[in-house]
This record gives sequence, structure tokens and C-alpha cells, in this order.
Amino acid sequence: MTPVVDVRALRKVYQIEGGEDVVALRGVDLTIDPGEFVAVMGPSGSGKSTFMHIVGFLDRPTSGVYEFTGSNVSSLNADQLADVRSRALGFVFQAYNLLPRTTALENVELPMIYAGVPTATRRRAALEALDAVGLAKYAHHQPNQLSGGQQQRVAIARSIVNQPQLILADEPTGALDTTSSEEVMALFQRLNRERGMTVMLVTHEPDVAAHARRLVSFRDGVIVSDEPVREKVLV
Amino acid sequence: MIGFMQTLRLALQALVRNRSRSLLTMLGVVIGVAAVIVTVAIGTGAKTSVANQINGLGSNLVIVIPGSVQTSGARTGNGGASTLTVQDGLAIAKLPGVSAVSPAVNVRTQLIANGQNWQTTATGVAPTYTVVRSWDVVTGRFFTQAETADAAKVAVLGQTVVKQLFADGSNPIGRTVFVKNVPFTVIGTLSAKGQSGAGQDQDDTVLIPYTSALERLTGGTTVGTLMVSAVDGDHIAAVQSQITGLLEQRHAIASGQPDDFQVRNLQDIAQAASATASILGLLLAAVAAVSLLVGGIGIMNIMLVSVTERTREIGLRVALGARGAAILRQFLIEAVVLSTGGGALGVVLGVVGAAAIALFAKWPATVPISAVAMALAFSAAVGVFFGYWPARKAAALDPIRALRFE
Repeated sequence: MTPVVDVRALRKVYQIEGGEDVVALRGVDLTIDPGEFVAVMGPSGSGKSTFMHIVGFLDRPTSGVYEFTGSNVSSLNADQLADVRSRALGFVFQAYNLLPRTTALENVELPMIYAGVPTATRRRAALEALDAVGLAKYAHHQPNQLSGGQQQRVAIARSIVNQPQLILADEPTGALDTTSSEEVMALFQRLNRERGMTVMLVTHEPDVAAHARRLVSFRDGVIVSDEPVREKVLV
Repeated sequence: MIGFMQTLRLALQALVRNRSRSLLTMLGVVIGVAAVIVTVAIGTGAKTSVANQINGLGSNLVIVIPGSVQTSGARTGNGGASTLTVQDGLAIAKLPGVSAVSPAVNVRTQLIANGQNWQTTATGVAPTYTVVRSWDVVTGRFFTQAETADAAKVAVLGQTVVKQLFADGSNPIGRTVFVKNVPFTVIGTLSAKGQSGAGQDQDDTVLIPYTSALERLTGGTTVGTLMVSAVDGDHIAAVQSQITGLLEQRHAIASGQPDDFQVRNLQDIAQAASATASILGLLLAAVAAVSLLVGGIGIMNIMLVSVTERTREIGLRVALGARGAAILRQFLIEAVVLSTGGGALGVVLGVVGAAAIALFAKWPATVPISAVAMALAFSAAVGVFFGYWPARKAAALDPIRALRFE
């Protein structure tokens, strides 16, 4: 089985003008297979965010190899990376990042616009995605008419609408209360189990990480542990 | 990849979401374009009205006036001499390129009719005067060749004279009007011609046959002016020089001696006047263009603010797979839509404004289509020009920083 993500000896060095170089990642090896639900943990400055940005094609490694679904993407240019993002990746952010004054439906359609999906297909797929997150009847609500948990679920609908090979979630429950957090994590679990979606979740909360199946811990730019989740929370 | 129509849709969505800001941003261009349209309309109107006034003096008119004479050391001004005769006029009429000639004999007089009196200038002319001055009667008729040959006591009144003498509304035709105490029968009234370029009331006049003026009023044989009409505008210069040659010969003026007459055409005056109007129009247009420029800078300003304000949105779009070019295009299209939208509104406002000016100020204000096209093209260009930099900034944003931007 071809792994979705396969990184080897990944390094990332930030050059700070007039200061010493900051090494964010110092040799990371990790493989994520299709259907996995991986939580990436670590204190701030551990390199977990940098890692997610590289895996999400928002940043490029200084050295090392990154193979995405079997093909080496280290040498792709900015436009090619944008195309991979639109086709193969779904992002969920801590701050939802929905467009204001724009309906849930239109927000969910946005990635498909950049992927060049025809209008009619777009509408149908967006409604399906909203249905999958249980918000079909809120399709014409705008973000400010929705609760935080609902907004994050719209964002999740947006992340799955292009049938991506990987969903990247960056602190998706960071701005939510406990109940909404549970709802959102349950949704991720369901998408992972029922639809076989591969999810990589970055968090610093052990409770949240416990919803995943595999836990990878970062510290000082390297992976310090990689193990199945022991106290598994199933909602 | 994303097509143009989709980008346009995204841009329109973004603009509609910020309706009030979009409208305020447009305002600068709206006012700029409206100013351009109104000023161009006024400029064009000024040119038209100058051209109308010049044409109103007569078509392809060449005027011969007597020159200056010197009597025992004292020189009169131009026109002071009495050197032009009816025979000169008849000779000029035979020149090629001349379509009509009429003498003009001016007699200052007190008119009496209908129990009223009015001081004005009676002018003795030939029937060809209607052609030379492009001026016809509105009621009654003009006098004929036969009446001119007979020195008939008939008169055609200008509208100002009609108003002064027949203020009671009675029909002047058939009535008697005393010119220098000689009774003339009114046979027609002239159409209103308004002010001349120099501000004279052209309607304050009485036209009588030049023969009657010479035989009955002045008793002389010389005429004040000879008015000559060339067949068309291209012949004016040739006619002018032929007249000069002919009159020098007829008046036996040796070469090197000053002429006792002057030949003038209105072309020069017309050109000077229309050049003035053009400069005025250009000046107005320049001022208007500056305001359009300021409008463009306003758009740039708001677009820059908007790029900063929408940093996270831009980061999101990039994360969702938008290429840099798509972001650039969207922001550029937003700027162009704002500026051309503003331009279109400005054109509407400008046309309405020009119409209002035409209505209330009685100033002819025509909006040339070319000005509308120019204004729209220019406002679109303003959008591209001033929108490019903010759009570049947006496209160059680092998505990671953009997503974290607070």
C-alpha cells in the first residue's frame, strides 16, 4: 500500500536576518498510510506546526525527501503545489477561517472553484459535504449565524468536499468549548472510520489527541515517540 | 486552475459583501468621470456655440471695407474713407469663386412708426444679402431686384425693431415706417439672429434697398461695406486675393502705395475663437483628469487597506489551492470592476449633469460618444494601473503568515 505521506530526513532551517539560524525540524522520518488518524503533539516550538505546513504544501523543507501518495513533491513549484493543495488536501484551522458574509454553502464550494469543478457539480457536492457534517439545513446561513462548533463543522465540510487524500487539522478544537470539541472530534472519527479518510491532527491537548488512533510526539524538531493511542476515546 | 468567469464571480462576491465600502471607493472615480464628461460637454458646447455664431455672420464671408485716408495730415481710421462704390461690388460679383455680393450702406436714423420711435441703423443692401448673411425673412418677403432697381421705399425689419415699434403685437407688414422722415412700407420681418460674436444685437436693424439708401437717405454714391460670399470655404483665400487685385486696379493704386480698402475674412476670427474654446475645453479636461487620477489613487488606497484587512482570507484561499495568479487576478478584477463601475456611474451622472446645465444655464452641452468611451477606457486603465500593486501584494503573501495574521 502506497503511503499518503512519506517523509525522510526532513529538515527545515529558518534563516533569521542578522541572527542565528533557527532549526525547526532536524531530521524527521514519518509514514502515514491511507486510512490512518494521526495526532501530532508537542509543546510550542517543537516543530509540529512547521511539519504540518510542509506536509500541507504551505512550506518547503530545507532538505530531505517528501513523497506524497508515492510521488516526490520536493521539486514542485508554487503553482504545482497550489494545484496539489486544491486536489488532494483538506485544511481545517483553529479559527475556522470561513469567509464572512458568505453562506455555508458558498464557503464549502470555494475549494472546488479553485479546483475548476463545474458549477452544477459544485452545488451538489457542497450540499453532500454539509449533509455529512450534519449541517444540510444550515446551507444558507452565514458564519455569524452559526455557533463556533457549527462553523468548525462547515470548515470540515469544506475540507472534505474535494475528496482529498489527506485532511490536515491544525488545533481544530482550540477555540471551542468541551461539548463542541467532542462533536468536532466525533466527526473526525466518523469520517476516518466510515469514509476511510486519512486525517492528521495537530494539537497540544492530550484529550483531543486521544481521539486519534496513532500519536506522534515532537520535541525540539524531532519525533520523540510514535505509538498507537492507548486510552482511546470513542465517541 | 480557475477560469476568468469564476474569478470574476469571486471578485464580484467580495465586492458585494463589502457593499458600502465598494460604493465609497467608487465615489472618487464617479466624481472624476462625471467631471470629465460635464467639462467635455461644456467645452464641446462652447465650441459649437462659437462656430454657430461665426456661421451666423454669413457663410464663407469676405468683407471689403474702405481703408484709411489722409486729409491734410490727419489720417482717418480704417473705414473712414469713402472709396467703395456699387460698381466695385458689381465687378467683384463677376469674379470666379464669388457666389454673391451685397453692398451695405449704414444710415443711423430715428425710426418712427405705430406711434413709437426708436433709434437704430438702417442698412441699405441688395436682395443677395439674404444669401451672403444666411439670413432670411420669417414673415412677409424680402425686396426684389426690381424694387432695388427702382429704389423702392420698402423695408424689412429686424426682430428687435419689431419689438420696439410694434410692442402692441400688431402686424408690422403693410405699415409705414419713417426712416429719416422718408416713409417706407414694411414688407417683411427677419428671423431672429441674436448677438454677434462681438456682443452686438444683430436684430436691431432695418434693411432697405441700397439704392433707396443712397438716393433717398445719404445722397452719395459710395457704400460702407461690400459683403462677398465665396462659393465655399476653400475659395475664401483666392477670392480675397482676387478682390485685392481687382480693386487695386479699379482704384488705380500704384504698387507700393497703401490700398484705400481692406479685405477681411471671418475665417481668422473663427479660428481664433474656436482655438480659445479648445484651450478652455482642454483646461477643463485637465482639471477633470486630475480628479480622475485622485479617484484612482483612492481605489489604490482602499485596495491596499483591503489586502491587509483580508490577509487571512487570502491565506485561506491559497491554502485551499488558489495559485498566486488567481489571487492577483481576483484583486485586479476587483479594482477594475470598482473603477469601471465608478466610470459607468460617472458617465450617467455626467450626462445628467450636462443635460441639467444645458437646461438651466441655456448653454449648449453635448456629450460626444468619444468622450464617454474615453472616460470608460480611462477609468478601466485607472483600475488596472492602481489595482496592480495591491494585487501583487496580495498574491505575494506568505500563506502561513497570512493564516496567522490577526
